[in-house]
Amino acid sequence: MKFTYTLSAILLCTSLGLAQKFKASDGTASFYSDAPMEDIEAVSESVNSIIDLEKKELAFLIPINSFQFDKKLMQEHFNENYMESEKYPNASFKGSLIGYNSGTRATQNVKAKGEMTIHGVKRNISVDGTLETKGEKLILKSKFQISVADYDVEIPQVVFYNIAETVDVTLELTYEQL
Amino acid sequence: MNNFRKFFAITLVVLVSSTSHAQDDLLSLLEQEEGDKTHLTEATFKATRIINGHSIEVRSAKVLQFIISHRFGRVNTGGNELWGLDESTIRIGLEYGVTDRFDIGIGRSSFGKNFDGFLKYKLLAQKYGANPFPFTLTAFTSTTVSGLENNNPERDLDFKHRVSYTGQLMIARKFSDKLSLQFTPTYIHRNLVPTEEDTNDLLSLGFGGRLKLTQRFAILGEYFYQVDDIESLNTFNALALGVEIETGGHVFQLSFTNSRAMIETGFINETADDFSAGDIRFGFNISRVFQL
Repeated sequence: MKFTYTLSAILLCTSLGLAQKFKASDGTASFYSDAPMEDIEAVSESVNSIIDLEKKELAFLIPINSFQFDKKLMQEHFNENYMESEKYPNASFKGSLIGYNSGTRATQNVKAKGEMTIHGVKRNISVDGTLETKGEKLILKSKFQISVADYDVEIPQVVFYNIAETVDVTLELTYEQL
Repeated sequence: MNNFRKFFAITLVVLVSSTSHAQDDLLSLLEQEEGDKTHLTEATFKATRIINGHSIEVRSAKVLQFIISHRFGRVNTGGNELWGLDESTIRIGLEYGVTDRFDIGIGRSSFGKNFDGFLKYKLLAQKYGANPFPFTLTAFTSTTVSGLENNNPERDLDFKHRVSYTGQLMIARKFSDKLSLQFTPTYIHRNLVPTEEDTNDLLSLGFGGRLKLTQRFAILGEYFYQVDDIESLNTFNALALGVEIETGGHVFQLSFTNSRAMIETGFINETADDFSAGDIRFGFNISRVFQL
């Protein structure tokens, strides 16, 4: 009888352990493109993300039309002409978390390796970032570059604000335990 | 035995719940959440005009649009007139987005020396996603004041005689990322009509569309059917066909139409040329937006 309960308890614990998931509750994803005519900058505050520390997995999902530009018309062009956001509504990433050490709460360098999907095109990428534990919360920061051509985003020749070939992406997210 | 059964039962429950955890793809979890949202349909039309008439589109808050339109002479006037290019009428206009749904605008047309001012409000917006809505509805009203000199000494021409009004309800749907269509019932009231037989109130029905061929290039069509027309004038329904080229902040619309005027009271009820007889004019609209 005791044996039964002990075993069940162990199994229960491991199954609960699997639910070591953190969900992004706050934060932004932004991108910046340094173009000759006009710098292009946009911020999304609607970043969906989950990190599973037990399984060392993470996923992101950002609605393309959640990116806010200063110029509304630029935002319309971004959605309609470049990203085709009605056809490809989200940018997403799923992959594994590499180099995470559960023993420390201090800021540590981590790597995310997996599949990025933008504009319907899937690419395997590896991105550097940092993770920090603050109280009950996790803080993730990352900066990386994306090549526009990698995701079949067509840049026409006759555009008044030329768009750079690569854009800098910045992520700053706060996660709470699920 | 009983203990073992209990043990297996618990184990089974735990295992099932843990495997279901393992199968939970993190990304599909996020996709489920995101799928519950509703989005506004963007860019049913690219410009605030289809060709002569307005589209359902309004400029966003604090956006100022400068729009210059030309209609040249008739193409069938021949080479000596450079196929109509020697003659032109112009409208210069300014439009401003007061809110994301409410636009105001003013314009001056050389043809008829008309001043016009309008209000335009997007009442309903097409949506897709969890709670879709099938179309966009925009209400439009304008007032036109003619500045033509009075060349009829037998009749007074007071300010009130120079004024006419337009009311439109525009219903449009973006059917796909390529095709958008618009239906525009129009009511026009003139304070002064040419003769006593003419009615002051005229109803017409507008049809317009945009077919996008590439990300930057679309073809346009527009037709206004006059349910009532000005009896004392020989008028034709306004037909316009064109292309649209978009380059960032500019939209260029090149068109062929039988109308000279670029305001509703003019092109809908006073088009004197017959498209089918070749009385066609080349024209263009160029718009530039400024974020204030």
